[in-house]
Amino acid sequence: PSQVVPGADPSARQLCFAWGPAEVLVCETLFGRRGGSPPRGESGAALTGRVPGTGDRAPSSSRLFVVRRDQDIYIQTLRKLFNESHGIFTGLQRSEEGLAGKSRKAQLVQVSKNYRSVIRACMEDMHQAATSTRDPALHSQYSTQVSILSAMELIWNLCEILFVEAAGAGPLLLRLLDWVRLHVCDVDSMVREVMSSESPSKHELFWNVVDIFVLQGRLDEARHLLSKEASANPSSVNMYKILDDLMKKMPVPSLGNTQTLTEMELKWQHWHEECQRYLQDGTFASNSHMESICKILLGDDDAILEKKELITTWYHFLVTRLLYSHPTVKPMELRFYAQACMDLFLGGESSPEPLDTILMAAFEFEMHQVIKECSIALSNWWFVAHLTDLLDHCKLLQSHNLYFGSNMREFLLLEYASGLFSHHSLWQLGVDYFDHCPEYGRVYLELHIERIPLNTEQKALKVLRICEQRQMHEQVRSICKIMAMKALRNNRLGSALSWSIRAKDAAFATLISDRFLKDYCERGCFSDLDLIDNLGPSMLLSDRLTFLGKYREFHRLYGEKRFSEAAKLLLLLMTAHIAPCSFWMTLLTDALPLLEQKEVIFSAEQTYELMRCLEDLTAGKSDKQKFQDDVETMKVEMLRLALARNLARVIVKEGTLEGS
Amino acid sequence: MEDVCAKFVSQKISKTRWRPLPAAALQLPDLFATGSWDNEDNRISIWSVGHLGNVGLNGEYQGEPQLLCDIRHNGDVMDMQFLDQERIVVASSTGTVTIFRHHQNNQTLSANQRWEKAHYHVDQDTCCGGAACTGIICNNPDIVTVGEDGRINHFKADQKDAVRTIDNADSSTLHAVTFLRTTEILTVNSIGQLKIWDLRQQRNEPSQIFSLTGDRVPLHCVDRHPNQQHIVATGGQDGMLSIWDIRQGTMPVSLLNAHEAEMWEVHFHPSSPDHLFTCSEDGSLWHWDTSTDIAEKPSFLHQGGRSTTYFSHNTINQSIVSAWLSNDPTKDRMEITNLIPNQTLSVNSLDVLGPCLVYGTDAEAIYVNRQLFA
Repeated sequence: PSQVVPGADPSARQLCFAWGPAEVLVCETLFGRRGGSPPRGESGAALTGRVPGTGDRAPSSSRLFVVRRDQDIYIQTLRKLFNESHGIFTGLQRSEEGLAGKSRKAQLVQVSKNYRSVIRACMEDMHQAATSTRDPALHSQYSTQVSILSAMELIWNLCEILFVEAAGAGPLLLRLLDWVRLHVCDVDSMVREVMSSESPSKHELFWNVVDIFVLQGRLDEARHLLSKEASANPSSVNMYKILDDLMKKMPVPSLGNTQTLTEMELKWQHWHEECQRYLQDGTFASNSHMESICKILLGDDDAILEKKELITTWYHFLVTRLLYSHPTVKPMELRFYAQACMDLFLGGESSPEPLDTILMAAFEFEMHQVIKECSIALSNWWFVAHLTDLLDHCKLLQSHNLYFGSNMREFLLLEYASGLFSHHSLWQLGVDYFDHCPEYGRVYLELHIERIPLNTEQKALKVLRICEQRQMHEQVRSICKIMAMKALRNNRLGSALSWSIRAKDAAFATLISDRFLKDYCERGCFSDLDLIDNLGPSMLLSDRLTFLGKYREFHRLYGEKRFSEAAKLLLLLMTAHIAPCSFWMTLLTDALPLLEQKEVIFSAEQTYELMRCLEDLTAGKSDKQKFQDDVETMKVEMLRLALARNLARVIVKEGTLEGS
Repeated sequence: MEDVCAKFVSQKISKTRWRPLPAAALQLPDLFATGSWDNEDNRISIWSVGHLGNVGLNGEYQGEPQLLCDIRHNGDVMDMQFLDQERIVVASSTGTVTIFRHHQNNQTLSANQRWEKAHYHVDQDTCCGGAACTGIICNNPDIVTVGEDGRINHFKADQKDAVRTIDNADSSTLHAVTFLRTTEILTVNSIGQLKIWDLRQQRNEPSQIFSLTGDRVPLHCVDRHPNQQHIVATGGQDGMLSIWDIRQGTMPVSLLNAHEAEMWEVHFHPSSPDHLFTCSEDGSLWHWDTSTDIAEKPSFLHQGGRSTTYFSHNTINQSIVSAWLSNDPTKDRMEITNLIPNQTLSVNSLDVLGPCLVYGTDAEAIYVNRQLFA
């Protein structure tokens, strides 16, 4: 639907656009305004979106507009519609295709009815809201919504009769009658007023109500009313009786298979002739009301059109006319009668409105035209997306492929779901719709899901679950990374590590491990011990993380005074090159207290290994670096001394042990 | 299911809680509170499911919950609990903890007391940087809160400052908290640990740590058996239900495969603790029933009959030990029913009280079941 953005004036200022998934950002620029308003042909230049700093006139406040593709998504009351229909939609996708013809059809009709009852419920809520609000602006907004919803239901119902249920000649008319009775409710108040009055037959609108009943094919009710009038007029009781008899005898198509179509047609022909006879011999001549009713029963166009204000719409006129002149109309013949009725009813006075065009397209069985017109006329994608999906499940739209995208069903579902994703809260519903778009659904989901703002971990977990269920590894990684970065920024190293472990993001785990080690070097103690002590197998994610875990294990062993195990682990960290070279000095320094213990811990062989590590470390550095730092030099000296002393002790000890 | 009524409320529900009943009352629960999340404008709402007047002959009740009042809440509602009949404590994703008072005479809600940024990252005084408060437990007047910042706060209603704050109590996110005894609390975190904290001790260290085996599966919820305080149930990210006996061992007594996704809440039934309820991200809500003893219902469930005597012998022993701690509760004794067929979106919260169950979903609906044990 094309709409004018209020407040944006392309003739006064250049506009530039930024396209979002379901939104367009429009902002005013100063670009190209030099020398008055720019020629129209140049407006393409504004799309670059550059805003030169020098405005030629005083820069007034620039405005930003957000243009949303699916405005209705943001209406609070409609959220009920979206949520409930989401349930029906997923149910429909799950339903078995395997069901045999008839039960499958019954199932689809039931789904269609469920959709309609949701629309109705929503309409009632909206109506309630409209009547309870005091704000006139709000009231009109709600009222508009009510009329849109009611139009949606009207169209859906007709589509249900014609396409989903595909009623054949006979039952078709009964369905159409139900449809008219359900939707032409302008006259209901009049009926109610008359029926509730003390003596309906005295009411001035009495005949109007009888006409309404006859026009809607509610003959039993009409007879009931007439019998009251008859008892009040004993003089013309005979006339009433004849009319009553005619109404009673009128053949109606049956829903079951009790009579054939030809049988029905034959009966109807007889009845029609009988009516004709009574009209011609002037039985009702004394009462104009009854005469006109008889004319209606005969399907007389002029007689029906006389009651135009009681019929209110051309499609009511169509159904009434079919009832009294072509009760066994076939679906394919509808189009001729529909066109004729619309022309007759509107009488060239007014041009058909969008709703009329849509209904006409439906009567013409132009499904694609219905969907197209609805897309243009309605302000939401909800309707067309769900209707198209249902029709697709009825196997009515298969052959139609679009030259873009995959097919119409998918295209519309994608549009609708994209709209949902642009909403701050309804995005969760969109996921299931994307799931049922075989061609592009996944790509859309991938692109959308990454753009959901994650303000709490719980929300992140929900988004992650969606991605993990669909094996979207790339998105899982990116979400975990975002969360890890957030945690890191908040100085929550433990959380950050957990997130990167979940993402199996080795590089990030290394980065965080380094932070832990750096913190250790600065403070001399570990933070977040509960996490590091419980890394388990996830320790193997990155070398640095493994080192962190093992190094912490060394500290624990040392703390528990299991010195020889600690010493062995420490050595292993260096010889197996688990520790980063930059950390060797710290490790060697950690060895110092072990070397200085009263009892000998490092064996001779281990001591040699330690010495080799120390030499490797010092040899690797250039002379300049080596003597740059006094502390460093002193540490090395101390280590050498301690190693030498340890070696001396261990040689003595091992010698004695072997000797003894 | 006919005895469940649903209402679509146009906001995703994160928490539902029954108002507690006065101690001596025999009436059914009639009021509950809900909190929403992920909305631009989140709300705390009070709903009534009035039993009066509309109760038919068979005690069945038609009609959906009626909104009594609601109030705006800043940030997502992360957790919520009734402090007493009138006051509700609410945890926010902004880190704020608020006590709302429900004025029953004129049906309004108002903020009664507020601790701004009870949970925060880095610096409490900066304008931003609040950390989500993920869990709350109250035992009037004590309120304990935990959050994404790994902090534990101990507040008292009507006192402005925190009684006690344990900074950096956990290096990962704390997801939920419950009282073990009046001075001891139990927290679960995102690396699968269960920690007991004694609030009397000044040390900022847990008095005991339990953990799941190596996998570090995050735990999302915890509840304590109402009568036997050593029995604790937790629910994890993989949907697994774990039962712990905190008197012994550091590992769960039993691990029960349950949901297919995150288990968001677990609740023992407050007055018949043989029943347990869990709900999950996968859109299911399970009722775990260990009360179907062989001794009581011997015939139709175990028609094999051979081992009936052994079973009933066993059952006698177990009724002393509690059915939850028996060695393999999955075998024969536990009856599990999914209360929601065909649900697709997450069930975020549930609460049980008496014969009534209330739950809320991401499909923006609240459901009330008034005949749980029918």
